[in-house]
Amino acid sequence: MTDALATIGLVRRFGGLVATNDVTFALARGARHALIGPNGAGKTTFVNLLTGVLAPTAGRILLAGEDVTGLPQDARVRRGLSRTFQINQLFPDLTPLETIGLAVSERLGHGGDVWRVVGTRDAVLEEIVSIASRFGLIDALETRVGGLPYGKQRQLEIAVAFATRPRVLLLDEPAAGVPERERRALIETIAALPRDVSVLLIEHDMDIVFSFAERISVLVDGALFAEGAPDEIARDARVKAVYLGGATHG
Amino acid sequence: MSPDVEAVAGARRWLAGRARWRWWEIAFWLAAAASFVLLPSRHLILAEIAILGLFALSLDLLLGYVGIVSLGHAAFFGVGAYAAGLMAKHVGGEPLLGFAVAVFAAATVGLATSFLVLRGADLTRLMVTLGVAMLLGEAANQWSSLTGGADGLQGMTVAPLLGLFEFDLFGRTAYGYALVVLFLCFLIARRIVNSPYGLSLRAIRDNPLRAAALGIAVDRRIVGVYTLAAAMAGAAGALLAQTTAFVSLDVFDFNRSADVLLVLVIGGAGYLYGGLIGAVFFKIAADLLSAQTPQYWHFWIGLILVVLVLAGRDRLGERLSALARRARLTGGAP
Repeated sequence: MTDALATIGLVRRFGGLVATNDVTFALARGARHALIGPNGAGKTTFVNLLTGVLAPTAGRILLAGEDVTGLPQDARVRRGLSRTFQINQLFPDLTPLETIGLAVSERLGHGGDVWRVVGTRDAVLEEIVSIASRFGLIDALETRVGGLPYGKQRQLEIAVAFATRPRVLLLDEPAAGVPERERRALIETIAALPRDVSVLLIEHDMDIVFSFAERISVLVDGALFAEGAPDEIARDARVKAVYLGGATHG
Repeated sequence: MSPDVEAVAGARRWLAGRARWRWWEIAFWLAAAASFVLLPSRHLILAEIAILGLFALSLDLLLGYVGIVSLGHAAFFGVGAYAAGLMAKHVGGEPLLGFAVAVFAAATVGLATSFLVLRGADLTRLMVTLGVAMLLGEAANQWSSLTGGADGLQGMTVAPLLGLFEFDLFGRTAYGYALVVLFLCFLIARRIVNSPYGLSLRAIRDNPLRAAALGIAVDRRIVGVYTLAAAMAGAAGALLAQTTAFVSLDVFDFNRSADVLLVLVIGGAGYLYGGLIGAVFFKIAADLLSAQTPQYWHFWIGLILVVLVLAGRDRLGERLSALARRARLTGGAP
């Protein structure tokens, strides 16, 4: 079976800096995969390459076997690759209703309608409500996004990505900055994502990584450093060394 | 998974409420229609206001809805004006045909130059739009065999509108024509900004990165709305040419681009009425102030602009309503 998402020899240079160094990586169908690595390891660059925010210097990206290396962001989203952002990228002046609605309309092909008033398609409305219920946003639908508690905004980040109905979902530090009491709900949301969505989680928080992931890849200095099941990674002395700062690698 | 029926109904109601006509909108258009009947002696300036309002409305689609700043919006106004003028001079004076050709010409130029504003920050866009307007202005100047150059386009004959309404000296036909075109363009703009397309424009304005991550084809949306805005600016230019039966190089002027931006900022961008209210205010203020102190008129406009931008319209509005409340309270006290 083809992998949900794969990269072959992916390279990205910024001037003399190699931010992504020859990464050949595969995300299996239905995976619960985590990508970890110390600060500056190039995790966010990798996500930006996968989603098309950045173009790679070399290498290829395959989404369900299809080469998407040259496609812009929105075209990848329409093919089922969606992401959340480490720092909220929302529309503060819109409501969750409108924000989720944008994604749903776009996916159903109504996003370019110029002559129909927003909110007159029952299929769109029903899907918005069903997504909002899943992510605990049903009571916040008509509140300005900028006025929502941070934890709710993080939920919305995931809800919006989910609303594009992705086959592959990239979660870039979903729990970053979420206060302790809202954290539980967020972790449960992630755990409850349906199994037909393959998930790549980029995370610093080891509790979340080890409670969620069935496979872990470690990125160091832009290159894949180790990969394996959580207990293998937990036992790997080299990984420990990298995380404890006693790294001897080049 | 059955969606909550009540929540769906609530969402539908809420969204429908956003698109509903407000009482003050209806009042605004009734007042505009009333001005046609009640102020026959002011038809000339009212026609100017309607044309400026349409021009500012077209800029609002860019600045207010998709967040593109422009210092060269007169490029499309000018193309529309010259196209309508040339039609009247060489092809035939039928205003509606000339109008349609002018709108098409401006839309074409808008489409062709929209690719220049896809990338870059505000400063880049300001300079690019400014440059395009300068290029077109200079092209019109050089190609004097067609445009009449610095002398302007002479010898336009504009036939009666629909074969019925002669363009008169008092601006009656001019104002009626301009007002109807403005209203129709407004209806189109209003319909579009309340559509899923319009919502996606606001999303792009607020966060293009996230908009793309939602699957919105950002570039195509920008090209589309830029072309639409150019078409409406061209419509305004065509109205000016046809109602004054004259076109000169100042249709491409930097001042025209700057004034329309000023008008929109004074009235407020992003709710469609800002350009219209700004145009009313701008023309009346110009008329009054320049009659009294011709040399100081720009001083006052400059002052208003600085206060508006620094204090912020919202805060200013709150202050004013607070003042009004206090005035009512003290006025009601014995």
